[in-house]
Amino acid sequence: MITFKNVSKRYPNGYIALNNINLSINVGEMVFLTGHSGAGKSTLLKSIAAIERPTSGIITISGQNIAQLKSSAIPFLRRKIGIVFQDHKLLFDRSIFDNILLPLQISNFDTQTAASRVRAALDKVGLLKKEKAMPITLSGGERQRLCIARAIVHRPAILIADEPTGNLDIAYARDIMAMFTSFNQVGVTVIISTHDASLLENTQHRILSLAQGSLLA
Amino acid sequence: MIRVWLAQHWFVFMATFKRLLATPITSLLSVIIMGVALSVPVSIYVLVENLQAIANERNSPQMSIFLRNDAKQADVDRIRQDLEQNPQIIELEFVTKDVALQQLLEKSELPDIAMNLPRNPLPDAFVITLNENALENLKQLQEDLKGKPEIKYVQFDSAWIERFSALLELGHSIILMITMISSIAIIAVMFNTIRLQIATKHDEIEISKLIGATDSFIRRPFLYFGALQGLAAGAIAWLIVLLLIHLINEQLIVFLRFYEMEFLLGSLSTENGLSLLFFSTWLGWLGARLSVSNHLWRIEPQ
Repeated sequence: MITFKNVSKRYPNGYIALNNINLSINVGEMVFLTGHSGAGKSTLLKSIAAIERPTSGIITISGQNIAQLKSSAIPFLRRKIGIVFQDHKLLFDRSIFDNILLPLQISNFDTQTAASRVRAALDKVGLLKKEKAMPITLSGGERQRLCIARAIVHRPAILIADEPTGNLDIAYARDIMAMFTSFNQVGVTVIISTHDASLLENTQHRILSLAQGSLLA
Repeated sequence: MIRVWLAQHWFVFMATFKRLLATPITSLLSVIIMGVALSVPVSIYVLVENLQAIANERNSPQMSIFLRNDAKQADVDRIRQDLEQNPQIIELEFVTKDVALQQLLEKSELPDIAMNLPRNPLPDAFVITLNENALENLKQLQEDLKGKPEIKYVQFDSAWIERFSALLELGHSIILMITMISSIAIIAVMFNTIRLQIATKHDEIEISKLIGATDSFIRRPFLYFGALQGLAAGAIAWLIVLLLIHLINEQLIVFLRFYEMEFLLGSLSTENGLSLLFFSTWLGWLGARLSVSNHLWRIEPQ
C-alpha cells in the first residue's frame, strides 16, 4: 500500500509543486492521475520512487517511510518499482536486448535467468523479433513499448508510468493502456499519469485529479 | 550467489576491456604517458641496485686485527673465541706471522731484503669479514677491539664505506621523491581520463541510478578501467627499463673490452617487476576512485 500524508513539495525558487497531498493506493490497484501539465503529476510520481524528495509530509510504501529514506537505501526501493519515463530514458549506445538487461544486471541476476526474462518482457510488448536492433531504429510507439519492457522485466510490485501515451495516436494509446491493464490483472499496482481525458472515458479505475499541486476531491 | 557475483564482475571486466580496445589510440596514449612517468624512478632504482651489488661484491667490509708481537697462543685462542661469538662477523681468517711473511716474500719485489731480515717483523693477524648490517656499529667494534691488551692495531677503511652508504641513501631518497612525483602524475592522468569518461557516460549513469543501481555498481566499470590502465602503464614501464638496461649493456660490452673486462648490469628482477605492476594497478585504481567519488555525486537524476 502506498500512502501520502500531508505531502508538500516546494522548490527553492518558491514554486509549490505539491500542496498538502493526502491519498492512499491499495496493493493491486490501478489508478489514473490527471491534470494539466504543471499540475504536479510528475512530481507526485517521482516522489514515490524517491527521485523527488518532499519538503514535508510522509510517504509510505508497505509501511516504510520513503521521505526519510537514507540515500544508500534508495536503490533497493527503486528495484521494487518499475518506471516508464516520460522521456523514455533509453540508452542509444546498446541494443534493445541490452537496454532491457540493465535492470537485471543491477539486481545481480545470473546471465541465463536474465536472458530468458528479457525475452519474456520483449514478448509481452511485441518486440521479441527486434532484440538485436538499436533503439534509434524504433518508432515512437516502439520506443514506448521498449521503455515498458524495461520497467517490468524485473517483475516489480509497483509500476509507475508518466504520460505513457503522450505523443501516440489513439489506437496505439489504447494498445498501451491494454498492456497496463493486463499487468494490473496479474497483481501489479499500476499508477498512470495522463492529461488525455479521452483515454479515461470508459475506465472503471479510480481517477485522481491534480490542479496546481492540490488533489481535487 | 558468489558465482553470480563473480559473473557480474567478469562481465564488467570484459566490457571495460572492450571499451579500452574500442579507443586504442586514446587508451594507448594515456597508458604511455603513465608508463614513461613510472619508468623514471624504476630505472634509477635499477641503476642504484646495480651500484650496490657492485659495491657489495668487491668491497665486503673487512677489518684487519693485528696482535701484539709477543702474543701467546692462549691470547690468540681467547681473541678467536671472542670474535667467533660476534654475530656481525660472517668470516674469520687467522693469518700467522709465518704465513704473512711468506705472502710478503711472494709479492715483494725485493725478496732479498725480506729474506735477510734478522727475524720476522710481522705480527699474527685476524682478517674478519663483516655483514652489511654491521656498518652502523663499526666504530664501536673498532673501539672495543682496540681496547684489548693483546691487540696492537685495528685497521679498517671506514671512510670509504660510510661515504658510499651515504651515497646509496641519497639515491634511495631521490628514488622515493621521484616515485611520489610520478605517482601524482599518474593519479592526475587517471583522474582526468575518468572525468571525461563520466561525462560521456552521463546518460547511462543517470538511468542506472533511476532503476536502482547502487553507487558501487556504477563505480565498478570506472575502477576496472583505472586498474587496467594502471596495469598496462606498469607493463610499459617494465618494458622501458628492460630496453634501457639492454641498450646500456650493449654499450658497456664495447667499452669494457678496452679494459679486458666483462660486466653486465642486472635488470629489474621478476619479483620487483611484479611489485611494479601491482603498484601501478593500484595507482590507476586510486586515480579512478578519486575521480569517480569527485564527479559521480553531481549526476543526480531529475
